[in-house]
This record gives sequence, C-alpha cells and structure tokens, in this order.
Amino acid sequence: MADDLSEERLLVDAVRRGDQTAFMRLVDDLGPLLLRVARMYVPSQAVAEEVVQETWIGVLNGIDRFEGRASLKTWIFRILTNIAKTRGGRERRSVPFSALAGAGGEERSVDPDRFFPPGHEQARGWALGPTPWEGPEESLLSGETRKTVLDAIDALPPSQREVITLRDVEGWSSEEVRNAMDITETNQRVLLHRARSKVRGAIERYLNAMEPTT
Amino acid sequence: MRLWRRTGEITCQELVELVTEYLEGTLPGRDRVRFERHLDGCPYCTIYLDQMRITIRTLGRLPEETIEPGARDALLDAFRDWKRERV
Repeated sequence: MADDLSEERLLVDAVRRGDQTAFMRLVDDLGPLLLRVARMYVPSQAVAEEVVQETWIGVLNGIDRFEGRASLKTWIFRILTNIAKTRGGRERRSVPFSALAGAGGEERSVDPDRFFPPGHEQARGWALGPTPWEGPEESLLSGETRKTVLDAIDALPPSQREVITLRDVEGWSSEEVRNAMDITETNQRVLLHRARSKVRGAIERYLNAMEPTT
Repeated sequence: MRLWRRTGEITCQELVELVTEYLEGTLPGRDRVRFERHLDGCPYCTIYLDQMRITIRTLGRLPEETIEPGARDALLDAFRDWKRERV
C-alpha cells in the first residue's frame, strides 16, 4: 500500500487514467482488510463479499472526487463502512461507547483474582504472575496458536475488533484509525488496550493449557 | 479513579492497565518514570509487558489473506466497464 503521499497521488492518478494494473494493485492490497471489516457489520460472508464489491464500484465512481484530504485507504474504508452499515441494518457506530461504558471503565485487563487483595501486604501485586512464553515467537503464528489469536479477535466486541484489526493487524496509525472510525484518541486507545489485553490473555490461556501437567 | 497510591508508586494491577498508554508514548512523563521504576523491580510486570509486545508483533504478522479469484475477476470486469463508460 502506498504509505507515501506522493506515491498515493500517483496511484490515484493512474486509476483515474484507467490504469488497470494500478486499480488491481489497490484491490490486492486492501481487499482482504475490507472483507474482514465488512464481515464485522453484516451477517454472512456472502453479504460481506457483496459489500466489498460495491465498495470498489463506489471507489471507481467517486475517484474523481477524491481530494486527498484523508488518506486513500481512510477514504476507501469510509465508503466501505457506509455501505456495510446500510447492508448490515444495524447501526453499529452508535454502539461502541455503550460497549465501552457498559462493560464499564471497570473492565479489567487481567483477572483481579491474580493479584493480592487490598489489605494484603503486597496488595494489588501479582499473586499469580505471568510466566514467560517458551519457544520461538514464530511458533505463535502457526497452527493452533494462530487460530487462538484469530478466535480471540473474533470474540471481541465489534469496536474493539475494528480497532485492533486496523492498528495491529493492518498497521494503521492511531490517527488513521481515529479518522476512519470517527472516535477520539482516548477512546481509540481504550478500545485498543482492551482488545490487546484480551488477545494476550487468550494466548496465555492457550499456552498454559499446553504445558505438561505433572 | 486515582491510579497512583499516595506513595507515588504504582501497583502491578495498575501497571497492566497502563501498558498501551506506555507503548503509545502517551503516558505523561512522571507516570512514565513511575512505570519504568516499577518495571525495574518487578519481573512479573516485565514479563507481562514483554507478552503484550509479543502479542502486538504476532497480530502484525498474521498471514495476509488474499482475495477470492472469482471476486477479483469480477472486479476486473467492473473496472473495464467503468473505464469504457468514462470515455
């Protein structure tokens, strides 16, 4: 993906000129992400695929109006979410902060039972601390562990899933995510923190379950 | 809710809630110092922070999916139609 602005400009110009290769490069770069995000809004994979197709048509039809005020991917992402929300029928964008407030500012990153209770001389210190993850980091990307990570992402509330997907899986900057989701920096960070903490917890539970018990 | 105890030290349970702010570089200077001072004396929190970093790196390396060939072909057709109508 063209991170560099001038490179992005060139790509947009090429698409406007009808350069098929440029357009397909965009499709290949952003397609998988768009599908993943669309899937968060609509009930089935088939509908998500339709939403993505419609998004690309929308991109082509709107490309002459793209002014480069937002980055290209932010602009495309907004087209996608507009279509997806319409198709999804449920207005998710109004939900995030009930998800944020509802589960409370009290949502914990780590099970409180793993810390010594108030009154204890080591109050709020680790009672059951984490143990280092053995083995090469690459092993986390294979087979069952990878599935654990993907399942953990899927299990997140939609707004947390969206933030962690854009920030950590896709490598967007916090500013890009804020613009695309229209949320504040603080909310973005809170959602990201909760999402990351849960994924870490899922990896930990998986790895601990794997340890031989004696 | 006040995160710091009056002693100015943070607890492990508080630290785990500040990891993202720390990694994002948005923790104010004084809090950052407290955070790092805690880490210096706490192997568990050091492991915890390390695991959060590993988690983030792992997320960034989840293999990219590719789009369905059928969907790709359909887009190629759509692009050609769009281009034809443009001129």
